[in-house]
Amino acid sequence: MVTPQQIKQWIETALPGSEVEIDGDGRHFQAIISYGEFAGKTRIQQHQMVYDALGDKMKAEIHALSLRTLVPGQGGRQS
Amino acid sequence: MSDVQERIKQTVELNNIVLFMKGSPQFPQCGFSGRAVQLLQACGVEFASVDVLSDPEVREGIKQYSNWPTIPQLYVNGQFFGGSDIMMEMYESGELRQALQGETV
Repeated sequence: MVTPQQIKQWIETALPGSEVEIDGDGRHFQAIISYGEFAGKTRIQQHQMVYDALGDKMKAEIHALSLRTLVPGQGGRQS
Repeated sequence: MSDVQERIKQTVELNNIVLFMKGSPQFPQCGFSGRAVQLLQACGVEFASVDVLSDPEVREGIKQYSNWPTIPQLYVNGQFFGGSDIMMEMYESGELRQALQGETV
């Protein structure tokens, strides 16, 4: 079973410098990801960067993952 | 473009607001799809929906269509608008209602 800690590590490895807060029960996870490279990107692009970081794991190990993406120091208001 | 990609393109272009979801608005088969329906209903808009569970080709094809690995997916005026997390964020900020106002199926 996938642990929140594993997902945190996968994301932080693929997006160096990102900070990930994550919670979950092995099937459903919620992640808040703060990452400087999100700056200037749309929410869709930010989420795609996270999905790309997880790659095939999104199809297999991770049943459901809620994302909230933030740019450090800018709160959540990127559109 | 493959048949299924062409089929998806036609669907999103023919309907101003269309939600690809698991199940139907009356009977969503997944919590995230159910939440997406509730958000659209809270905005007071009519929308078309596609049940991907009844169409395995579309279920896989829609993930490629917008390079987005999860369902539900909302399309407005032919453009990918986001999944349920983005819909929720934009609902909370008022952007979703604003974007959908004036759009009808």
